[in-house]
Amino acid sequence: MDDQTLRELKDTARRIRILTIDQIGYLGVGHIGGALSIIEVLTILYYRHMHIDPKNPGMKDRDQLVLSKGHAGPALYSVLAHRGYFPEEWLHTLNIGGTRLPSHADMVRTPGIDMTAGSLGQGLSTAVGKALGHRVDGINSKVFVIIGDGESNEGQVWEAAMSASHFKLNNIIAFTDYNKMQIDGYTQDIMDLDDLNAKWVGFGWNVLRVDGHSFPALDRAITKAKRETCRPSMIIMDTIKGKGAFFAEGKLSNHNMPFDYDTAKEAIARLEREAEREKAAAEKTPGGEK
Amino acid sequence: MSNIQDMRATYNDTLIELAAADERIVVLEADLMKASGTVPFRDKYPDRSFDMGVAEANMAGVAAGLSSVGKIPFAASFTPFASRKTYDQFFISANYARLNVKLVGTDPGVTAAFNGGTHMSFEDGGLMRNIPKLTVFEPCDNISLAALIRKSAAHEGCTYMRLHRKGGQIIHEKNTEFELGKGIVLKDGSDITLIAIGFVMVPEALKAAEELEKEGISAAVIDMHTVKPVDRELIVKYARKTGAFVTCENHQVVNFLGSAVAEVLAEEYPALLGRIGIQDEFGQVGTLEFLKKDYGLTAEDIAAEAREVLKKKK
Repeated sequence: MDDQTLRELKDTARRIRILTIDQIGYLGVGHIGGALSIIEVLTILYYRHMHIDPKNPGMKDRDQLVLSKGHAGPALYSVLAHRGYFPEEWLHTLNIGGTRLPSHADMVRTPGIDMTAGSLGQGLSTAVGKALGHRVDGINSKVFVIIGDGESNEGQVWEAAMSASHFKLNNIIAFTDYNKMQIDGYTQDIMDLDDLNAKWVGFGWNVLRVDGHSFPALDRAITKAKRETCRPSMIIMDTIKGKGAFFAEGKLSNHNMPFDYDTAKEAIARLEREAEREKAAAEKTPGGEK
Repeated sequence: MSNIQDMRATYNDTLIELAAADERIVVLEADLMKASGTVPFRDKYPDRSFDMGVAEANMAGVAAGLSSVGKIPFAASFTPFASRKTYDQFFISANYARLNVKLVGTDPGVTAAFNGGTHMSFEDGGLMRNIPKLTVFEPCDNISLAALIRKSAAHEGCTYMRLHRKGGQIIHEKNTEFELGKGIVLKDGSDITLIAIGFVMVPEALKAAEELEKEGISAAVIDMHTVKPVDRELIVKYARKTGAFVTCENHQVVNFLGSAVAEVLAEEYPALLGRIGIQDEFGQVGTLEFLKKDYGLTAEDIAAEAREVLKKKK
């Protein structure tokens, strides 16, 4: 990944993060933690890896995303608005009665959402269905899925995992948002996932492990997963819940957190100052993260 | 009767015919492909048949995913597993997402026979009736089965069908026009109306009507194959005409046919009603004949209930 691309992705991700904090802060409460931990993966998918057309959200051979952890909807709404699926003004309608942007991802209401989700554990099964359907139709596109680590407590995830490898669905590329927290506490204390890599390997998947906030690492893993010929791929992302919002980052209370709009504005101002600092540093010393 | 094919064979044959004309038709099973009778479909369309193993929740989700990319999936398992084990997946991934999944529960109610209480579902229809917008139906013979599968495939939206598997029977005239949500009058009558559903109960209702005729009681018989949406117009018509009803179902009397009819009568045209069906009981093992007697599902039980209802009429 060249420096220019990396800088652009970082800038885009920062903008998405700002839109997400603003969106939830404007309402005053929401799933900020698990939204902010997947900003990088959403950014790299929608701005670099997915074959999509915001003008034609129903395009038959598009790549699709199943946001199985549907409560992170606001992060995806920020991406879709920024990518041009609908106006950014919609973001201030989150969860207001009659809105097209409900808390959990909803394919009926929101342009660009490929699957309804929110009852945890269900997304990977639907991705298996999409991938099988594409195979029947000879459509050579990818189905991306984002699963939560807490969500991985659900038995259905593992039924779906077994079926994806049984049907050799190399057109599925899944991610686990491994931020190590769930609603009641640390995943290790509530329901320990133990060796998550070994679990997915045991289910017959191609497993990759990355820093979920590093674009070069995500890029290498996705590129590798796209080349896989006979297995579905699981990219386990080590992430930080609430990443990038000073009031939420790494806090156990950030799952569905109230915060006022002034706090959101302060967090956004800090991100904007960070952007300025990075810009100044980049002008001084070309190069950086590879 | 012996030369009539199994209901499951009609299920399979109809799906093969539909699949030939419509490439969107696909079939899912959960390790009960032989039981559901869709092995010939698999042999004919191996790429469009998916055995998901013993994982019904995943099957329902996969069916939803297939529907989301334009397929029309028919997914089957025994009634308790097709309903109780898939409820949230079918509810959210398929129905709430406004997709197009055709779920099929086989061996409804007492027809689970020797599989007993774990496999004997008297509540699946009620669970399904609670899902908004869902169409819920139970064909009583091979003719209505073939016709209603076609209607289900053509219907835009999810459906749930209770499918009798083993054995077949012909009750309807060959050229009958079927429509989801429209009951069919099998026999007219003026004293009481027997509203029945399904392979086991429609013939029992017809037999009961014959018994009653001998006593000078004129009983109408309706095959109410669709419980949701139920045919309100037809119920009201017969409320005006007979003022008395017995509903007959191989299901709990709560939240399936008996409830649907009671609701329409209470709201539209109050009339006397008796309900034949399972009275708040679990399933158990036994032959079909034993179970029908034990739960009070026979023609004699229906006729006796009709007499009781008519006593109140006087």
